[in-house]
Amino acid sequence: MSRNKVKANDYLSVKGRTMLLISRIFVYTILAALTFLCLFFFYLLFVNSTRSHGELFGGFTLMPSTHALENLKNAWTDDSTNIPRGMLNSFVIAFSSALLTTYFSALTAFGIHCYDFKLKKAAFTFILVVMMIPSQISAVGFVKLCNTLNLTNNYLPLILPSIAAPVVFFFMKQYMESILPLEIVEAARVDGASEFYTFNRIVIPIMGPAIAVQMIFSFVASWNNFFIPGMIIDKPNLKTVPIMISDLRSADYAKFDMGQLYMLILLSILPVIVVYLLLSKFIIRGVSEGSVKG
Amino acid sequence: MQNKEKKVKKKKGGISYAKWGYIFILPFFITYFIWSFLPQVLTFVYSFFKVYTEGLNEVAPEFIGFGNYADLFTKTIGDSKTPTILLYAGNTMIMWILGAVPQFLIALLLAVWFTNLRLNIKGQGFFKTVIYMPNLIMASAFSMLIWTVFNPTGPVHMILENANLVSKEYDLFFSVTWARGLVAGINFLMWFGNTTIVLMAGIMGIDNSLFEAALIDGANSRKVFFKITLPLLMPILTYAVITSLIGGINMYDVPYILSKGNGTPNNTTTTLIMFIQRLLGPSKDYGSAGAASVLVFIFSAILSLIVFKFFISKDGMKDHTKKGGKRK
Repeated sequence: MSRNKVKANDYLSVKGRTMLLISRIFVYTILAALTFLCLFFFYLLFVNSTRSHGELFGGFTLMPSTHALENLKNAWTDDSTNIPRGMLNSFVIAFSSALLTTYFSALTAFGIHCYDFKLKKAAFTFILVVMMIPSQISAVGFVKLCNTLNLTNNYLPLILPSIAAPVVFFFMKQYMESILPLEIVEAARVDGASEFYTFNRIVIPIMGPAIAVQMIFSFVASWNNFFIPGMIIDKPNLKTVPIMISDLRSADYAKFDMGQLYMLILLSILPVIVVYLLLSKFIIRGVSEGSVKG
Repeated sequence: MQNKEKKVKKKKGGISYAKWGYIFILPFFITYFIWSFLPQVLTFVYSFFKVYTEGLNEVAPEFIGFGNYADLFTKTIGDSKTPTILLYAGNTMIMWILGAVPQFLIALLLAVWFTNLRLNIKGQGFFKTVIYMPNLIMASAFSMLIWTVFNPTGPVHMILENANLVSKEYDLFFSVTWARGLVAGINFLMWFGNTTIVLMAGIMGIDNSLFEAALIDGANSRKVFFKITLPLLMPILTYAVITSLIGGINMYDVPYILSKGNGTPNNTTTTLIMFIQRLLGPSKDYGSAGAASVLVFIFSAILSLIVFKFFISKDGMKDHTKKGGKRK
């Protein structure tokens, strides 16, 4: 925040200062309550993943226990829920999607930002218009298409569509407008660089921060995606993490080792939490920048 | 910008780079055509056909005009007289509103507090990090967690028992209020942080001299909020509400996991997309599923338009509303 601070407090009367103090106490109380609400369930998840089945039925506590490794071993080697395989599958899909979506969104944004052609305006307007259409409503056609092309139980329908991501394109376009002067492109041309070379070697590095933040968002979105993968994947060794979570819900939980169940849930969200804890500032700035759409 | 481009081109002695523009945007449009446009068209086309299956094989679809649509508006379940699809639309909207109202109220409050210089809230980085976190958590895992801790053997259920709020055997997921409330609660927790950050960005984009002038003129914080912040925030707020609405209409993961896909109790948490999934998955009724999808699309479009009209009809805002806030 680069605002000039108005030293408003200096001009306040005693009564004004008391009012300010009261409002501050009120605000911090609400913030504390919301913080508690946001963290409580995840803290509970963490604690319970360290407790054994017996302990979990013995009662409620907020102190971690000592069975984390045991639960981890049980969860990792469970026969019915092959979580290592699921995490690997999810990772492959999410990582490929993140690469494709950022590279091609930047490429599309570059094409529209740096070149003048007849359909430029039309193409841009088209992308803006389709941005709001959710993918769920065309799921029927999507599944039908996958059936027809024999692409069920295949990762291609989960990865390839990420080449066309209107929202990511839009973020890239805005970022390009703010930092990529056309003179750079022209200079590269004068030096004899081909258009592709210019994009790959000059534009991509300049777009680095935007690409990084969008890679994180699309990785997370793909990692968490349940609806479409749930429709076209049913082979056990191809299942992704969210599908496995859904299977867990449908299974007979009376037979479960609850410690192991908590550990499985923890494992499914752990990669995202770790990335978030490392890069939260960067990610929040990304949300903030992406929101001021023009 | 436009002028600069022209200049760049002239210098190069008339070599046109236009074809590169087409080449670079081609992958996007091919992909969009195959994986989004084609499915949309197929969904639409199938909504006019009856698809029969014999065993595992699909028999040639038969054109039945608006038959699938008529069916959707006549089929009912249980004792209810209301068509199923309207019941599910009602569920979806109730659960969205239950979550979205607190989501936007809290987000507005937080955004105003965080940007208020007089309040000067400390530890904003920490609070933002915490409230945004649930947004990145896998919705299905989060729901699974909530189910695990709220079911009769779970720890939160134990807390509620100890506080004498529920009896030992009482399954919260078989109470309409609790089941819907928990779905809405998860949606609220997942989205209020995101909305806060979006609205904060909007408030910080407002020209600071307006706030300073109001302060000097002796306006209190309520006046500043209603006369300056809120009107100038309208474009972004409208955008956020419409995005949330569309997300709400497409609600799926949370109620699906909480209710094991059954919409328990008694289909009161079944959403529109869960309905489409049922038609599509187990029963392979592409025709009805297609018709339901088209209706959901029309429903979203109409509601978005209503929200848009509602938010911009307040006078004096017409200048700011074009394209959701052009200010940087």
